[in-house]
Amino acid sequence: MDQLVFDPSKVMAIDHTRRTEYLGALLAYRTGLRTLKEVAYTPSLPDRGYNNRSLYVNVDTLEVTEKPVTQQMKDVFIGGRGFGLYHLWNAVQPTTKWNDPENEIIISPGPVCGITQYAGTGKSLVVTLSPQTEIPIDSNVGGFFGPLLKFSGFDALELQGKSTKDVILFIDGVKGLIRIDEAPEGPVDSHVLGELLTHLYAENDADLPNVSVVSTGAAAEHSLIGMLNFSFYDRRRGCVRFKQAGRGGIGTVFRDKRIRAIVCRGPKVAGDLNHPADPETIARTGIKYHKEIREQDPHQCMMRRNGTAHIVEIMNAYDLLPVHNFQFGSHPDTHKIDSSYWQQRCTQVTVDGCWYGCSMACAKGTDGVVLKTGPYQGHMVTVDGPEYENAAGLGSNCGVFDPDYLLELNFYCDTYGICTITYGTLTAFIMECYQRGILNKERTGGLELTWGNAEADLAMMHQMARGIGFGKIAGMGVKKMKTHFIAQGWGDPQLINDIGMENKGLEYSQYMSKESLAQQGGYALTNKGPQHDEAWLIFMDMVNKQLPTFEAKAEALYYFPLFRTWFGLNGFCKLPWNDVVPADNSSQPEPQKVPEHVQNYVDLFTATTGVKITKEDLIMQSARVYNFQRIFNIRMGKGLRLHDAAPYRSLGPVTREEYESRTERYDKQLQDELGIDPAGKSTEEKMALHRTWRTDRFSQLMDSVYTRRGWTLDGVPTLERLRELGLDAFPEVVAVVKQFI
Amino acid sequence: MIQVNEEPLDWHEGMTVRDILRAKNYRFPMLIIHVNGLLIPKPDYDTTTVPDSAVVQVIHLISGG
Repeated sequence: MDQLVFDPSKVMAIDHTRRTEYLGALLAYRTGLRTLKEVAYTPSLPDRGYNNRSLYVNVDTLEVTEKPVTQQMKDVFIGGRGFGLYHLWNAVQPTTKWNDPENEIIISPGPVCGITQYAGTGKSLVVTLSPQTEIPIDSNVGGFFGPLLKFSGFDALELQGKSTKDVILFIDGVKGLIRIDEAPEGPVDSHVLGELLTHLYAENDADLPNVSVVSTGAAAEHSLIGMLNFSFYDRRRGCVRFKQAGRGGIGTVFRDKRIRAIVCRGPKVAGDLNHPADPETIARTGIKYHKEIREQDPHQCMMRRNGTAHIVEIMNAYDLLPVHNFQFGSHPDTHKIDSSYWQQRCTQVTVDGCWYGCSMACAKGTDGVVLKTGPYQGHMVTVDGPEYENAAGLGSNCGVFDPDYLLELNFYCDTYGICTITYGTLTAFIMECYQRGILNKERTGGLELTWGNAEADLAMMHQMARGIGFGKIAGMGVKKMKTHFIAQGWGDPQLINDIGMENKGLEYSQYMSKESLAQQGGYALTNKGPQHDEAWLIFMDMVNKQLPTFEAKAEALYYFPLFRTWFGLNGFCKLPWNDVVPADNSSQPEPQKVPEHVQNYVDLFTATTGVKITKEDLIMQSARVYNFQRIFNIRMGKGLRLHDAAPYRSLGPVTREEYESRTERYDKQLQDELGIDPAGKSTEEKMALHRTWRTDRFSQLMDSVYTRRGWTLDGVPTLERLRELGLDAFPEVVAVVKQFI
Repeated sequence: MIQVNEEPLDWHEGMTVRDILRAKNYRFPMLIIHVNGLLIPKPDYDTTTVPDSAVVQVIHLISGG
């Protein structure tokens, strides 16, 4: 019940420098490379956060071009996700599909990215047309690639075209060359490929931290849910580690373009490479924040000790941990996979930051893991994590409470290039289908996908990586699986649609939203789909009761998605914003916004770019990009009210078991909220009453949120809103909206 | 009886803020607690007693993800 206390004597004695190495293939790989194109360029360092140019590469035609970053781009789109959306808009047509050559993958770090004085400043944003949602997806990722790209002279990298052979794009920001190499036959899985290419493209051992590799894995070739791994060299462990651009199938697009990897070699990182306008303010703000972390974190979230896994036990305590496909919110075995275990198992003698200067250091790693299954059986590996989403998605949501299996699932997801969040949610859906007879051993090709059967779960993942068996079907994602199961006549279509946890084609991330109407909107009323990085409002709404009206919920669903969008425009990680707070935060107005940290961000932007902004300007910067993305969705034939619909499992209890597991709660709601006496009513009757009530209030929430955001009730930004944001300067954007006004 | 985040909770003599957190299973570490409108500092959770009929607000800050 009380806060976990760290006991160093319980940390497992595991040598964090030992693991299986893959450098034996280095010589063969080096001699097997064939240069297809090499272009010289003039490296540069940013001035006030910008290089004022981006790099365009077409992997089909081998065109390599520099493009200017204009003042208008900086004013309206800022960088990061904004630049990604801007380039993608210009690259595609409304009819473009994810696997058309026109589709691009854009990686952009943002103007503040790369400073080393503040925590969480190494992020870049990846944008593409998603194979799962068929609209733009954006994914915020750590690792060194984004900052090194920027310190090599580019504010964004655009990748277009489809190669006919596997290629590696190499950007050498020290020597000033860009090379496209044909890759030899060889490994594609990230933990092998990342290690090989880091050593291949580094000049020597001292150069290893200056190289970052973007890669995916075998599953990205055979599924729609592939992700990208961005590497960083861990000096203390002496190994290559990864952070993931997970959501929406970006890795699938990457392999469809036949890109094996992108490698950037940048200059040795120093604190002044971003050439900010006001380095003193950045240093002062960083010192203040680092002191706060050092003094407050041990009494708050213990991010430095436990990483994001610290909330496993918290979510369980509040009935918010997804269990058995989001049916339930807690489980008696959670203690086996909560942070009381991970702080013993994760290596604790290193500083686990995924970019220089991050004192939050939450990128935990588990060393000495010997794999039991698959192509790397018997290998000793380091697993990045587990983070909360992995422990909840691969663990509790699938009934897997064995930490060794959970680590193995985590590892194979990463190296195969599978989004862990997506895999967790789609496997949970499959397991519930198995439980309810929609699937059986015959339909899964012999896999007994019952709750907690980690061996069958891993077997399915290995199939996905090979593109065979039921694993290939699973790799389509929940939305397409629903259609497939219904077409096969394998179950009640309504039940299948109710329990398949996807919205817009993207799987839900790992929080229970049933008892928080605001979070139901936080998931469904999003641009890219149900990822918690727009808004996490469950405590404010469900526990604190701070959002009692539709208007209050709508205000939260206005502010927080815009505030959090801003991190992705500038290259920030979200975690340092509110996973630690100043000692006097409780006495501040609106403490949930962490006002001192908001001011830090305003100061960091101004000090970097020299452009003075206020906290209100910050929200306007985000609002331009957020509304542009909404209109982009509409341009692609989505983005309307009907596309924001939520599966009923995210709104309320679908099954008798769910209702009866929380009868007291649901009966009380009937009495208090609807004024209906539940006595004498069957569970089915009460469920029907709940369904009507819950779907109706979700619809009312949509009305309130759209109105607050300046959208029509069909979810279309109004012309007046475009004028407020200055987006009326873009005739193509206005033309999209005019079709619906 | 007291009110905690608008829900009733049985009261007992000598009930502390810490007792409320245990009774509600509020184990999130970043809380802001007001008892009858008065901010209670974290070091005082064990020693601050709550009177009968008190209105207690336990604000959980946002975390995660």
